Amino acid sequence: MIYRENGQFKTSYRADQQIFPILQDKLFILGLVAFAALAVPMLASEYTFRAILTPFLILSLAAMGLNVLVGYCGQISLGTGAFMAIGAYGAYNFFVRLPGMPLIAALLLGGLCATVVGVLFGIPSLRIKGLYLAVATLAAQFFTDWAFLRIKWFTNDSSSGSVSVAGLNVLGLPIETPVQKYLFCLAFVCVFALLTKNLVRGHIGREWMAMRDMDVAAAVIGIRPVYAKLSAFAVSSFIVGVAGGLWGFVHLGSWEPAAFSVDRSFQLLFMVIIGGLGSIAGSFFGAAFIVLLPILLDALPAKLGIPIDTALASHLTFMIFGALIVFFLIVEPHGIARLWATAREKLRLWPFPH
Amino acid sequence: MNLKQIVLTTAALAAAFSATLSTPAVAADAKEQFFPLLVYRTGPYAPNGTPWANGKQDYIKMINARDGGINGVKITFEECETGYATDKGVECYERLKGKAASLIDPQATGITFALTDKAPGDKIPLVTMGYGLAASQDGGVFKWNFPLMGSYWTAADILIQHLGKKEGGLDKLKGKKIALVYHDSPFGKEPMPLLEERSKTHGFELVKIPVTAPGVEQKSAWLQVRQQRPDYVLLWGWGVMNSTALKEAQATGYPRDKMYGVWWAGAEPDVKDVGDGAKGYNALALNTSGQQPKVIQDILKLVHDKGQGTGPKDEVGSVLYTRGVIIQAMAIEAVRRAQERFGKGKVMTGEQVRWGLENLALDDKKLAALGLTGVIRPVSTSCLDHMGSTWARVQTWDGAKWGFSSDWYQADEAILKPMVKAAADKYAGDKKLTRRTPADCQS
Repeated sequence: MIYRENGQFKTSYRADQQIFPILQDKLFILGLVAFAALAVPMLASEYTFRAILTPFLILSLAAMGLNVLVGYCGQISLGTGAFMAIGAYGAYNFFVRLPGMPLIAALLLGGLCATVVGVLFGIPSLRIKGLYLAVATLAAQFFTDWAFLRIKWFTNDSSSGSVSVAGLNVLGLPIETPVQKYLFCLAFVCVFALLTKNLVRGHIGREWMAMRDMDVAAAVIGIRPVYAKLSAFAVSSFIVGVAGGLWGFVHLGSWEPAAFSVDRSFQLLFMVIIGGLGSIAGSFFGAAFIVLLPILLDALPAKLGIPIDTALASHLTFMIFGALIVFFLIVEPHGIARLWATAREKLRLWPFPH
Repeated sequence: MNLKQIVLTTAALAAAFSATLSTPAVAADAKEQFFPLLVYRTGPYAPNGTPWANGKQDYIKMINARDGGINGVKITFEECETGYATDKGVECYERLKGKAASLIDPQATGITFALTDKAPGDKIPLVTMGYGLAASQDGGVFKWNFPLMGSYWTAADILIQHLGKKEGGLDKLKGKKIALVYHDSPFGKEPMPLLEERSKTHGFELVKIPVTAPGVEQKSAWLQVRQQRPDYVLLWGWGVMNSTALKEAQATGYPRDKMYGVWWAGAEPDVKDVGDGAKGYNALALNTSGQQPKVIQDILKLVHDKGQGTGPKDEVGSVLYTRGVIIQAMAIEAVRRAQERFGKGKVMTGEQVRWGLENLALDDKKLAALGLTGVIRPVSTSCLDHMGSTWARVQTWDGAKWGFSSDWYQADEAILKPMVKAAADKYAGDKKLTRRTPADCQS
């Protein structure tokens, strides 16, 4: 009914290879983006922007970056927080040390810093695999924690190790109010989502997936492991680095290395796993699940007017959240993205399932 | 999971989500002064955060019960759990500020740093008693920050003064080695500029030994202490880090009476578990502890005896509980002071409370009326000085309780003032702010 594809004929390869070959999907996504860009700024409250939507968007971007590495190329990484930190501090140094540096350029250069370090820490992936690689990327995490806490140069000699930025603007337009920040992040997320989606659909993405599915077979059919793995590390750390820059510049405004601790790495890995490995949409689902659910659970007792001890509420949040993670992983080990895909398949057949 | 369940779950989640989204900012009731309370009752800092939070809450309940609020304005509050994490703290701040917040005590230096940029825009004062950003003492630049009664710079300064006195003069510190064992976060790093300045003046060697947050693993730090053999150790810890440090000191055989903690490393939870092992350990004290002060007696009588106490009764009057009481008392006095100017019996906005904080004048008579005689020294703030007093004492743990072991100290203005001014000017330069004009001070 809703998903009637009758009459949608593809007459060229080009038409058949679109991102959204089904018209309804395309309209839905375009509508969603339009809704997020036009309607949401008029509807949502300041709290929603600052505490929910902006962090959600930025962490979705970071999860997308990690998904390239873990979901598409099959290289487990526990160093996402590190690459975010490098992006944030790299962008900070460019922004503070070079007067007149445009914000977007600083963020992208921060992403480039993360790319360089990411490739460096990706080199071990050519020799070691699986959990061993996870441990190697964990080294990146501890190294950056150490570097940004100890090397004063990175933090512009701030006595406390905490840095902050002010006066953000793009081409003279200030990025100050929650709505402006939200739209700025939304623009970044949309552009990066489009680029990533196209990248994973193209030959590079197919190389990554071949590497993920069986690296020996991939090498036999002519895919160079060095190139495939390191390019995945590069692309992933670039996106993650830009997300880190946004997290520091736009969301926090002032931050310390603890904002990018190993907890952040785990959080992002959980997002990717729960959202769905190897799916762009999955990154968004995962980020929504991990960011929004605890806030919702935490705010729920107060909203419902149940007087409950703060500590108890916080513990309950942890317990319910943990239980839900287990529940989702049991019900659908392939993540929420797969649930979404299943639902869509059913909708295509509805109301006559077979 | 079949489709029906999926749809139902999604619908339920969406409904819950939109319920949160659509809740408008609740305007305060005509006669209610709202205090958002950022607390942490979970995580590695909970042992210290809980009594602090309980003190704040109990004081509010006591004022409501005894005086019926502030000149008839009832006080309301809502807690939000931050877990000492900056991002969670910012979320809590955003959640609670919409309810006409009077002021915010973030209870964490990291959160203070993040909120310092946000507070001026939202017009909510930040009260950071004994913590926060040292430079924010300068009210000329930091209009909305109030590090009442001390910062980490005044704390470090007083500790060095005390060590100098012990040695028989600050000049005797020459050639000594002082180690700073610190929580590796903005909190632990704040005292460094002052200690470096002092070490240059007096010629002692400063050894900085970081402890990774939250500080449950300190073997390597204390190995360094063992190798370096400092004459004194300054402990800049919070939460589980303090008791762990004392246990490690005991294991390494470092004399506890050579250890001096900041006032956040000098409460019962820090030493209780170590017991005799912590005997002789010293720490700064901003306030007394114990159940004798009148304000604590009032809380016991009007709140705990009626069964409305927030925490266990025997923790009432502990060091951090009392500090929570003092912070809340200052906050409420600021509202009272603001009411004197803007109208008695009215609900004060954040801007008006800010004026009250800037014009606090708590002399001995007022402290006596508050029941705080002997608990703290008089505090009087001004437009340029947002601290109001830097008095503190040193206390020593005797294995069972804290006892004062020194006279009152005051931070050395000659050292502190130029440093605060320079740091504030640097901040203003970085943020492209201008100093407040004298006219702005009047408003």
